[in-house]
Amino acid sequence: MHLRLDQGSPIYQQIIDEFKRSIARGDLGPGDRIPSQRELATMVQVNPNTVQRAYREMEQERIAETLRGQGTFISNDPDLVTKIRREMAERALVSFVQEMHSLGYTKDGMTNLVSEAYDRIIQGGDVRGDHDL
Amino acid sequence: MSVATTTFNGVVKRFGNKPAIADLSITIREGVFMGLLGPNGSGKSTMLKLIAGLYRPDAGSVLIDGEAPSHKTKAKVAYLPEIDHLYNWMTVKGTLDYISSFYRDWDQSRADELVRFMGLDVDAKVGKLSKGMRARLKIVAAMSRNAEIVLLDEPLSGIDPPSRSKVLGAILSEYRIGSQTIIMSTHDVVETETLFEEVLFLKNGQVALLGDAETLREERGKSIRDLFEEVYE
Repeated sequence: MHLRLDQGSPIYQQIIDEFKRSIARGDLGPGDRIPSQRELATMVQVNPNTVQRAYREMEQERIAETLRGQGTFISNDPDLVTKIRREMAERALVSFVQEMHSLGYTKDGMTNLVSEAYDRIIQGGDVRGDHDL
Repeated sequence: MSVATTTFNGVVKRFGNKPAIADLSITIREGVFMGLLGPNGSGKSTMLKLIAGLYRPDAGSVLIDGEAPSHKTKAKVAYLPEIDHLYNWMTVKGTLDYISSFYRDWDQSRADELVRFMGLDVDAKVGKLSKGMRARLKIVAAMSRNAEIVLLDEPLSGIDPPSRSKVLGAILSEYRIGSQTIIMSTHDVVETETLFEEVLFLKNGQVALLGDAETLREERGKSIRDLFEEVYE
């Protein structure tokens, strides 16, 4: 698990986001066991109280559940992946639309650029995106 | 088990004319993991030595659970000095046996576990250990006690990356959350900022910034390392 600390966001939030990314990518699935709080704290070298807060929030959001004496698991919710992907997409969209809007692009202009970029980056295999404009 | 609260009331400590600690007043909450941050010469080591009872304040008072540092408070304070205090002629096992004889709160099973985790050879002579291995042994000595307050003065200073990682791992896996106060000084915030619940930035022997690490990140939108640069630029 890699924590990106350059963003200045709280560590517990970064831990939750990292779990969400793993679930969205399919690296973690419903019912999978995740490290105990102390294990994760030692693994990523973060204060155990911070990990505890991240796990508590994940339990409240029903992303994970702790079974007494057995450990902590990703929730057995079939809609979990869809829910998390939607949430992460929403976050990416909000920042994208706000940024493009501030650059002066209209709705149609943005849509066209997205379509073009998709063809070039995904279908053209230019995943790095470091092409000449 | 009760945990000790540490308070500084208007503490001044001078070396010659230069105050290392200048009118410092602060309460360190019991059971907190605090990062004591600042560049060299900001007063970090002096502050830890005042808590350990190795220095006496020139003015003001340092109190641990209402008592000035003494033999009595030393029984509940574990102190890891920045300097190397180990004897070269002792073995690793001999060193730990020697240290354990001073403290009633020594936990031998934890010491054994830590020695294994650290990859230390119990029969090796301390004088033959690398700098990183000596630093690991110092941590074993400090973390094997059930002390209420653990003072770690620059535990990563001058050691190799694998040993740094082992030292941090040992602290995180062994410290007793909520029932043990850890105060760790460092000038290396990049590697350590995720460890701390609270951070205290010292500047010229005074508090430059004090707060809950996560709250500071949330409110300022900055990492502790960025705040460090801001405070000391």
